[in-house]
Amino acid sequence: MHPAGSVILFTVASGLGFGMLTWLGLGLPDARGWAAFFHYAVAFALAGGGLLASTFHLGNPQRFLKAFSQWRSSWLSREGCLAVACLLVMGVFALGTVFYDNAWQPLGYIGAALSILTVFATSMIYAQLKTVPRWNHWSTPVLFLALSLGGGGLLAGQVGLAIGLLCLAGALQLFAWLSGDGRFHERGTDVGTATGLGARGIVRAFEPPHTGNNYLLKEMVHQVGRKHAVKLRVIAFALMIVAPLVLLMISSSVLMICLAVACHALGTFAQRWLFFAEAEHVVGLYYGKR
Amino acid sequence: MTTLPKTTSAKKLGLVIDLDTCVGCHACVVSCKGWNTENYGAPLSDQDPYGSDPSGTFLNRVHSYEVQPETGPAQLIHFPKSCLHCEDAPCVTVCPTGASYKRAEDGIVLVNEDACIGCGLCAWACPYGAREMDQAAGVMKKCTLCVDRIYNDNLPEEDRVPSCVRTCPSGARHFGDLGDDTSEVSQLVAARGGMDLMPELGTKPVNKYLPPRPKDVPADLDILAPYLEPVSGTQKGFLGWLDKALEKL
Repeated sequence: MHPAGSVILFTVASGLGFGMLTWLGLGLPDARGWAAFFHYAVAFALAGGGLLASTFHLGNPQRFLKAFSQWRSSWLSREGCLAVACLLVMGVFALGTVFYDNAWQPLGYIGAALSILTVFATSMIYAQLKTVPRWNHWSTPVLFLALSLGGGGLLAGQVGLAIGLLCLAGALQLFAWLSGDGRFHERGTDVGTATGLGARGIVRAFEPPHTGNNYLLKEMVHQVGRKHAVKLRVIAFALMIVAPLVLLMISSSVLMICLAVACHALGTFAQRWLFFAEAEHVVGLYYGKR
Repeated sequence: MTTLPKTTSAKKLGLVIDLDTCVGCHACVVSCKGWNTENYGAPLSDQDPYGSDPSGTFLNRVHSYEVQPETGPAQLIHFPKSCLHCEDAPCVTVCPTGASYKRAEDGIVLVNEDACIGCGLCAWACPYGAREMDQAAGVMKKCTLCVDRIYNDNLPEEDRVPSCVRTCPSGARHFGDLGDDTSEVSQLVAARGGMDLMPELGTKPVNKYLPPRPKDVPADLDILAPYLEPVSGTQKGFLGWLDKALEKL
């Protein structure tokens, strides 16, 4: 799949933002006044900024209000509804912590639950697609949630929680990469089933329908990004998981936490690039590509 | 609403494509583009059409595949591909705006372009590459089964079929109601063993493909034949006289 910059920015930033909002809603840290203000400013900037970035790749973003209408069937619509609900609830809760000495804690619990559901809905946009076997697996939502809560924990200064969740995310990431590599083959969809001609012999794409490029190839048969996949996996894992863990074990000062957040965010960008670039869509089979 | 119709419609309009007959001329591609660029919805735009990197939006494309059986010569099969108007259409349920829908009355899958935000998720959900985002209009385009022809009383009756079907010079494309067992297309599917594409993905396509018929097997040739002297019996008549005359020269 084409690793669109806007979608990578959206999933990384809003993942971190909603992860941070989860912990803030649970009262971790239990900040008040100005301290609370700065925490919420960061979380809202990440969550809201990410959502805004997601509209950059739309063909007709001015019609975005319609995207809140299909929550009964569409994970993308659910994600939008949950995100707005979460931001509204957490906005009111934030007012309480900044100005009224945390007067409305139950709202925080509701907001935390909505944050988790938002990240889950984001991950399900990808995990629901049978056409992309690498994504179509329980490990996709679980990994998204672990990364969101781990990175959010870092941002919220919850060192102990963050260390635990990053270890979990690291293990899940390795599992997702290793099990994902063979899943396309395991699902049994090949050019034979795609054309229905598989029983007759070995099917080979002989001539494509067009000599130039097209939307399908650009969007879903993006092979360029896979060239340095192994190197990028090492870089992503080192920055996203290993570096923050090492930094936090050295010291849990504010400076170290900031450094750990920066490493983790950079690593997550690389990881998310790979998430898209390495994902093979079955439509590539029609073109003799993956 | 982007939920699928609760009950599958009795009427299932679709295409039956005969892989035995298709000659790969791409006439259906051209006629599809011609009709649909000036009728339903936004035109099918081209980008850099006369430049070095042309591309454009098409609702129908013809691939070609080589099939090598265990024995015998390879076969070339031309393979037109457009929306299969699936009964369990994954492109419909993923749509966040309700732009993408399946009609309850005849099963045609359509896009309401006024509601499409151009997110592209339906194209991701489609295994067949049947949906293409128009780069000029920013909305998703797909085969409409020429909904603006098949019910169009202003057209002569023989033209009330999809443009690709009307155009096909080899009769490889058939249009009809696949929900009706007695229809011509249903009988064709039954007689020829019509098949689904990627049945394992559970999309239940309405469109069916008719597999190529077995080809005549050429008589066995001796591999040494090219090295043998031509066998010439004694010629009679004019050729016999010519043969002798040339021999004497």
